[in-house]
Amino acid sequence: VGVAEIRAEMVANVWKVVAVEGDAVADGDTLVILESMKMEIPVLAESSGKLTTLAVGEGDVVQEGDLIAVIE
Amino acid sequence: VAGVPESVLIANRGEIARRVIRTARRLGVRAIAVYSEADAGLPYVAEADEAVSIGPAPARDSYLNVPAILAAAKQTGARSIHPGYGFLAESADFARQVIDAGLTWIGPPPEAIDQMGDKIRARNLMAQAGVPVAAGTQDPVQDVDEALRLAGDIGYPVMVKAAAGGGGIGMSVALDPEQLRKGFETARSRAERFFASPAILLERYISSARHVEIQILGLADGQVIALGERDCSVQRRHQKVAEETPSPGVGADLRQRMFQAAIKAGEAVGYRGAGTVECLVDTQTGDFVFLEMNTRLQVEHPVTEMVTGIDLVEQQLLIADGAAVSFPAQSVKPNGCALELRVYAEDPVRFLPSPGTIAQWDEPAGPGVRVDAGYAAGNVVTPYYDPLLAKLVTHGATRDEALARAREAVAGFTITGLKTNLPFHADLLNSSQFGSGDYDTSVVSHLRP
Repeated sequence: VGVAEIRAEMVANVWKVVAVEGDAVADGDTLVILESMKMEIPVLAESSGKLTTLAVGEGDVVQEGDLIAVIE
Repeated sequence: VAGVPESVLIANRGEIARRVIRTARRLGVRAIAVYSEADAGLPYVAEADEAVSIGPAPARDSYLNVPAILAAAKQTGARSIHPGYGFLAESADFARQVIDAGLTWIGPPPEAIDQMGDKIRARNLMAQAGVPVAAGTQDPVQDVDEALRLAGDIGYPVMVKAAAGGGGIGMSVALDPEQLRKGFETARSRAERFFASPAILLERYISSARHVEIQILGLADGQVIALGERDCSVQRRHQKVAEETPSPGVGADLRQRMFQAAIKAGEAVGYRGAGTVECLVDTQTGDFVFLEMNTRLQVEHPVTEMVTGIDLVEQQLLIADGAAVSFPAQSVKPNGCALELRVYAEDPVRFLPSPGTIAQWDEPAGPGVRVDAGYAAGNVVTPYYDPLLAKLVTHGATRDEALARAREAVAGFTITGLKTNLPFHADLLNSSQFGSGDYDTSVVSHLRP
């Protein structure tokens, strides 16, 4: 069983949290939507599995490399 | 100097604030900057005669914070307000509050902003005035079912747009009913979020088009003149990346027809000051249609300044004060070609934002080269505002000369510490399609498939 960590690619604000911790997610599902420099950036699941951790909430500011979610 | 306000407060940030300050300085007008906590270290704050902090980083707390901006104007004794572009520039309500506070508004009458601000209303008004518009909806589309019915009449492909929108936000092309269903919902949710209005319109989509806009000036005596066109077909995500004048796709006859339409558009709303009439030119038929009017100074105004020698900010200040413009209005002859490249803090392949700290900043200089920059070495580029770092503008006697100067200037522009789209501009300038001048709004997708 693999564990996949999803991290922020850039400094951004968390605009919308779409998924819920504990959800079964499929590769390509939108987990959260970030906003940076007036652009919406969807953060997608990169594998299928269970969303065991959702580390951000709406309104949070994430730095580059910050953990957003873990899929197992 | 008689004919310009004693002082101007610039309700904006970055390169455009700095740009307005430069003209104010030259004319002896006291320049007052406002800034958010995130922008305290930017060059425009240091270069202004006075600068006032107006709030925290998020735009709604600072650059959209009308009470804080009006308080800053009062505190500094500002006599006029220049809104730049974006933020409050196209808020008729803000313009009214500025006027009610006894200040000079450096912009068109609030009624003209209102009339052009709603894309549906503007389209209908333009059609009435005899300006060509694309087939489309005359009232806001209420729901998906109505959208599907209307799209059947208009004919696919259709463009889905927010009536109150701008900057390409929420815009999409639907090739069939299924895409329309999806696009309609997306447009509606974005429209509510960004523009606080759910009104959506549909327009016939032109599959191969150039985006060409006309710079107009409404003079203090009521006359409206056209100062030339700008080709803004180089776009990513429906947002402009590079602009040039003259448009390689517009001949003398089409240019005259577009100028006449733009003047009619301005006259229809009693326009004053600098404005831009955006059009689409169908590359198949050679016809054009009205797209929208921007009731403010445009980001890409420098290319017009480079070929006409006219300082558009100076004309805005003169017109707002009721004075005559500084050049003979009936004999403007453009000279040569000019190109603007928008330097964004974004990766040059996927165009994703790249905030960060600028380690090194070395600007190119030389004959025919102009750089309007918002940042310098040591500045932090934050995620709160748009990614525009600078505008690199070149001029030449011919298009080839302007492009050659641009190639050299891009190679001589060093920005480190974050990603920029300068490598994209190098590719654009070397591409045979852009080089030939025979391109449309899909040119970026060909370069970055």
